[in-house]
Amino acid sequence: MAELLTVKNLTIGATSYPPGEPPKDITIVDGVSFTIEKGRVLGLIGESGAGKSTIGLAALAYGRGGVRITGGTVELDGTELTGLKRSGLRRVRGAKVCYVAQSAAAAFNPAHKLGDQIIEAALRHGILDEAAARKRATELFGVLSLPDPETFGDRYPHQVSGGQLQRAMTVMALLPSPDLIVFDEPTTALDVTTQIDVLAAIKHAIETTHTAAIYVTHDLAVVAQIADDIMVLRHGKTVEYGTAEKIITRPDETYTRDLVSVRSITHPEAKDQSDRLLSIERVDAGYGRIQVLEEVSVHLPKGQTLAVVGESGSGKSTLARVITGLLPPSSGTVRFKGEALPAALSGRSREQLRQIQMIYQMADTAMNPRHTIGQIIGRPLTFYFGLRGAKKRERVQELLDHIELGKGFIDRYPAELSGGQKQRVAIARAIAAEPELILCDEPTSALDPLVADGILKLLLRLQEETHVSYVFITHDIATVRAIADSVAVMFKGRVVRFGPKSDVLAPPFDDYTDLLLKSVPEMRLGWLEEVLSERKMAAAGN
Amino acid sequence: MRARDIPLSAWIGMAGIAIVIIAVLFAPLLAPHGEREIVGDIWQPVGGDFLLGTDNLGRDLLSRLIYGARTTVSVALAATVLSFSLGMILSFTAAVVRGWTDQGLSRLNDLLMSIPTLIFALVVLAVLPQKMWILVLVMAVLDSTRVFRLGRAVATDIAVMDFVEAARVRGEGTIWIIFREILPNALSPLLAEFGLRFAFAVLFLSTLSFLGLGIQPPAADWGGMVKDNKDGIIFGVPAALIPGGAIAALAICVNLVVDWLLNRTTSLKGGRG
Repeated sequence: MAELLTVKNLTIGATSYPPGEPPKDITIVDGVSFTIEKGRVLGLIGESGAGKSTIGLAALAYGRGGVRITGGTVELDGTELTGLKRSGLRRVRGAKVCYVAQSAAAAFNPAHKLGDQIIEAALRHGILDEAAARKRATELFGVLSLPDPETFGDRYPHQVSGGQLQRAMTVMALLPSPDLIVFDEPTTALDVTTQIDVLAAIKHAIETTHTAAIYVTHDLAVVAQIADDIMVLRHGKTVEYGTAEKIITRPDETYTRDLVSVRSITHPEAKDQSDRLLSIERVDAGYGRIQVLEEVSVHLPKGQTLAVVGESGSGKSTLARVITGLLPPSSGTVRFKGEALPAALSGRSREQLRQIQMIYQMADTAMNPRHTIGQIIGRPLTFYFGLRGAKKRERVQELLDHIELGKGFIDRYPAELSGGQKQRVAIARAIAAEPELILCDEPTSALDPLVADGILKLLLRLQEETHVSYVFITHDIATVRAIADSVAVMFKGRVVRFGPKSDVLAPPFDDYTDLLLKSVPEMRLGWLEEVLSERKMAAAGN
Repeated sequence: MRARDIPLSAWIGMAGIAIVIIAVLFAPLLAPHGEREIVGDIWQPVGGDFLLGTDNLGRDLLSRLIYGARTTVSVALAATVLSFSLGMILSFTAAVVRGWTDQGLSRLNDLLMSIPTLIFALVVLAVLPQKMWILVLVMAVLDSTRVFRLGRAVATDIAVMDFVEAARVRGEGTIWIIFREILPNALSPLLAEFGLRFAFAVLFLSTLSFLGLGIQPPAADWGGMVKDNKDGIIFGVPAALIPGGAIAALAICVNLVVDWLLNRTTSLKGGRG
């Protein structure tokens, strides 16, 4: 088969401006080569900062921000892209190569109808006239199983869901019948139950239109379902490049093996349910007239972990706000060590506040960017225990050692740390208060898989050492398997399933838990087809 | 922070401000003549016996400019600092406490802002005794309404961030949240506003003096000097332009320094602006 895109020795650089230092050139992508044949899909995978999106955009000869291609060649269908002038590039972009952005919600213009935006590129390039473009858009809406294909284009971006928007963006990319589509993490921002639909739609669309694609993601399990070839990247360099089958089943490099075996942490379930630390009894809560939680009852024994699972909007984070006292429930009680906690934050004593600490999803926004790490971790020490001066500094350093950060971090600012390091600092801040319960609100969902693994291991180790209990909010079943003792599945503000992990994650399932469990991509080839054919069978059976 | 990292524009600004500060501190030593002393003919040209010429009464313009820096800068600075303290504390309290406190303060602020500043100042200053501290207070209160608007907008943005919530959950009081969590993060936009507001305060004071309600003669101040010498412009005497130029130069210098500080604080460890 003919080669569509040939990339040789691609080097991409940018200029960085560190404060107080002269500007310096940095290399983002270093000597990457690959080829894509017509109708085939290449998966680019790596952690954040690996240069995968940058390579994806290089297929459009585009550099985001100050990024520029400094060496190598990008040849599309016989045309060298790196040397092209703007007018030449315009003929290629949006016509021969199309792009699907990570956040479709941010990429669509909220002031225009979806249909008008979707056909715009094809009209501009003169590939189709308006009537033909609208007709093809309607067909493609059908292919991607969007609701009401005839009228879907008349809606505005805010009138459709996130998963539908992502599919609409795929329609936009498919419409001019391009030779190549670049998918930049198209499902990362979606719930697992939505992700599977979008994945299936994209896969189906690629198969029916015979277009080639570059699929960028950090989730190896996702890319395994879609890609023919996979390239693993790290720090801008190729780690391993081969067919999907080889990368998943017979990886050569250690780093790839780590990626394949990620989330293999196991945590034996604690059986003893007697010593109840926290119990939430028939709690209703909401914002204004909108009720978010309905009759939520769960409990958690001392030294164990309760995982709260559900998709976005299911009320998981609201439950955490009720426990902390930020949102007093409209009815029901929260008991801590057998005593009812005052509903509102202002009614709780300092001692009660100390015993419940919180870890947030985004460590970036959870720490004051103007405070040093020492100040951030030191504040609870002063606030709860009155530690000051050298003693406080000593204890902060002890805590830093405890979270495996070591020396040299105490006087730095959060912005100088990586995502994983920031989350570790947030954990240190929580354990500085020596709490009995830590609420973890999706602490690993914004992190790369390997880094997230490290955080989970740290949390487990801390639990063993200090017998702290966790309420762990997540949408990721793999994380639940890794750390939970008991599990509560939430759906639309209700707990649909609650019990020990072994019971909740074992059949017979209710419909929602079943859907949730089956939607988690598995690290093997053919998983998506299996799930889809199972669904079809179920549909035929009904 | 090394000296060579400071851009030229900031150096120019700092030099300008330094000159003014020196003039403020050592006015009696620097001025060749007294503040109120009549030393020659009226409106003598620049460069003759007197470096900058004389004014409409025959007083040395350079000496009056140096003494005028004292009143103009100190009153404007005092008014700006006071208006910022007032505006920031009230606006941050409104943003953090919310509810009725916020409503009360914000509506009161709207009420004050709905009256044209200059007219309000004229009425109040005409009624109250003409004392320096009253002038400063009136200017500060009027200016603080603008600071309040900006401060509340900035602080409400910050008050919903996770780290503020984390502080609340820890049990921190309102004072800590305002001064330790919000203030450091609101500093950049407020600093920029400070430079601008200071320049406006100089101009406002000059306006008031020009209208006869600011600094009272024979004390020198830059705005009053423009007023005294404005008639000379008709005869081609540039005496009014010299204090006018001084006002402009000071405003520019302050803003050059603030621009640089702003750049520095926004790039500070990549923190939010």
